[in-house]
Amino acid sequence: MTPKPAQPRLEWRGVSKRFGDKLVLDGVDLAVDPGRSLVVIGGSGQGKSVLIKIAAGLLRADGGEVRLDGQPLAPGAAHAPGYGFLFQGAALFDSLPVWENIAFRLLHADGLPRRAARARALDAMDRVRLPASAADQRPNELSGGMQKRAGLARAIIADPDILFFDEPTTGLDPVTGGVIDALIVEQVRRLGCTAVSITHDMASARRIADRIAMLHAGRIVWQGSADEVDRSGHPLVDQFVSGRSEP
Amino acid sequence: MNPLAALGRATLGAARRTGAVTLFGARGLLSAFTRPFFPGQTARQMLVIGFRSLPVVGLTAVFTGAALALNIHTGGGRLNAEQVMPQIVALGIVRELGPVLAALMLAGRVSAAIAAEIGAMRATEQIDALATLSTDPYRYLVAPRLAAAILSLPLLTAVADILGIAGGWLVATATLDFDGRLYIRNTLDFLEPWDVISGLLKAAVFGLIVALMGCWHGFHAKGGARGVGRAATFAVVSAAVLIFAADYLLTGVFTA
Repeated sequence: MTPKPAQPRLEWRGVSKRFGDKLVLDGVDLAVDPGRSLVVIGGSGQGKSVLIKIAAGLLRADGGEVRLDGQPLAPGAAHAPGYGFLFQGAALFDSLPVWENIAFRLLHADGLPRRAARARALDAMDRVRLPASAADQRPNELSGGMQKRAGLARAIIADPDILFFDEPTTGLDPVTGGVIDALIVEQVRRLGCTAVSITHDMASARRIADRIAMLHAGRIVWQGSADEVDRSGHPLVDQFVSGRSEP
Repeated sequence: MNPLAALGRATLGAARRTGAVTLFGARGLLSAFTRPFFPGQTARQMLVIGFRSLPVVGLTAVFTGAALALNIHTGGGRLNAEQVMPQIVALGIVRELGPVLAALMLAGRVSAAIAAEIGAMRATEQIDALATLSTDPYRYLVAPRLAAAILSLPLLTAVADILGIAGGWLVATATLDFDGRLYIRNTLDFLEPWDVISGLLKAAVFGLIVALMGCWHGFHAKGGARGVGRAATFAVVSAAVLIFAADYLLTGVFTA
């Protein structure tokens, strides 16, 4: 008797999405196992952000479904407390100081008193090496790297089960990008959570991925372990990894 | 192109948009009256929408009242009816010009600001971020602005009423040889409570329109900075047009 395969934590089944006349996702099938880190690579405009926003409940699929632990995901799943999301531009709220951004969920969804929420925010800031002196600053007073750290602190503060990272190193210099990647790996390990990232930065993908999948023209054209990406044998993957202009 | 088909498409599009805006507003209003509340957000919006609009609304009302007094005095002179000027200024201000001008000032100042702020939040994924933080964007962004505008505009209108009448009084006593005390007495004796209340009710509806147009266009802004600019423009234009349309309808209802 063959052992039953492990249930994926998160699964896209035949997911399609169209914006006007443009078919962005064309029946995507993809899965990520519990506690693993999946990175979806692909060129700009290939639908990577749409893919994780559908999984995070921020967009509705036109066809197919997303399953969480084998159960179809209900619309509006973004409101689920088990999710954490780091946005491409960090998406911090301009009108709030950094600590309130980080503690937003605790303050407004969980109803934690301000003093306790601030203490949790400072703890989360410490975990992502964001100095406590930044707590009372406004997001626009922080550098891009510090904003990403604040966004990461906000994503992990409630100990999520699933973390989504949308282009975590975009707009950062290579050193800062490496630091953010290291923090992501550290926090995903510490929380023992499942992570789904999208990026077109191959150095970042290699650092944070257990598995890599490539999205092209709305479909997953290849997937494998992070070690296999350099010998995929797939012309589009080879082109993407090497950065050549032709396959 | 078949003109009938084009007309049909335009009509259906307008009906769809009207329905969508109505549902959007209903969801925002429902969120304003159900838990969890965001009183801090509502208070902040009342400060921005109400208190900070006082100077522009006040100045507009004073000058409008003054100009109205001059016009009515001149026009009334043709009928030997200059002495009813205080009553006509008061009626014109509290029933019509106070609420409409306050609302138009708010449409220019607040609708655009709301649309730009929410549109920028949309462009920078802050609205998506709210959803991932277990917070309903309607509840956090739309409901406080609707509630603040509905509460603030009648208060601003009350101030505009007083300052508009004061503008008329100033002109009448300073340049038209009216007796100041008599002017005030004539005004107060003439005005009925319903004159004032109907103006304040109009203002509450106009407040809803101003905030709703700002929120709607901001929420649906597309295309980065250009989209945010377009959202602000559309918010002001649509709010102004809807204020005039609502004014006519409400006046019809209140005078029936």
